[in-house]
Amino acid sequence: MTHHDEGKELQVGKKQEVSGQAEQTRSGPVFIPAVDIFETRNEINLVADMPGVTPENLNIDLRENTLTISGEIPPYEEKNEEDLLIEYEVGQYFRQFTIPELIDQDKIDARLEDGCLRLVLPKAEAAKPRKIEIKAQ
Amino acid sequence: MFTRGLWNFPAHGMRAHFGELDRMRRHLDQIFGQLEQPAAVARGAGVFPLVNLTETQDNYIIRGEIPGVPADKLDIQTMGRNITISGERQIDIDPNAKYHRRERESGRFSRAIALPGDIDRDKVSATLKNGVLELTIPKAQAAKPRKIDIK
Repeated sequence: MTHHDEGKELQVGKKQEVSGQAEQTRSGPVFIPAVDIFETRNEINLVADMPGVTPENLNIDLRENTLTISGEIPPYEEKNEEDLLIEYEVGQYFRQFTIPELIDQDKIDARLEDGCLRLVLPKAEAAKPRKIEIKAQ
Repeated sequence: MFTRGLWNFPAHGMRAHFGELDRMRRHLDQIFGQLEQPAAVARGAGVFPLVNLTETQDNYIIRGEIPGVPADKLDIQTMGRNITISGERQIDIDPNAKYHRRERESGRFSRAIALPGDIDRDKVSATLKNGVLELTIPKAQAAKPRKIDIK
């Protein structure tokens, strides 16, 4: 059994639901995807858990300083299925971030892998940290 | 009874209190459980991954959201009426990066699901697509509903 092995056990994280979203036009629950955001010298990386999302129904939008990721999961159940146990729901994903750095929009790379969105936002030249040389007299 | 417990064992007073609430909740669950579909499986145990179980005439279908776990890190086993889904979710941490958010969790998981009827364990099929696992588990012949002809 794996849980006798060393290592952390994965805890269940209940899907977080958006409570009041004014601009929601479609019915159904809206979930906030869990994300990791990390920054290296040249880029900002974002990884979001969005299980069920396909490239066709995923939207990534960067406008000015606001990055929006949204997706929609259509109901998966067939008509002839009867529910026995329902622990999670599907619906829309929606989350917005403010990106303070200047981003080189042409070089943004988005990948969808096993239900995780991986977004690489390269910093524009102007936004990269620059080492200031101190000249000795 | 609760009052006496509180006076005699102040330390256990709270527990007795919660015990009463628990009983009430169970009782309510029972009442509502009778109104709903027969609760074939225990309610969500709070173990990763969360699953949805449905049935058709011929199959049980289990679906679970396990983003970021490739198929080779996933182990699915059947035993009797039980299905176990276990695996590990690995997240690489870049030591040179500055983290602004870290909400995604990593680690091992194991989840056992007891099905309400007998299954044909040789014909279980599994697909993993966009982080969603779907198991189709054929019911054993004996567990399928059978139409009786009236002569």
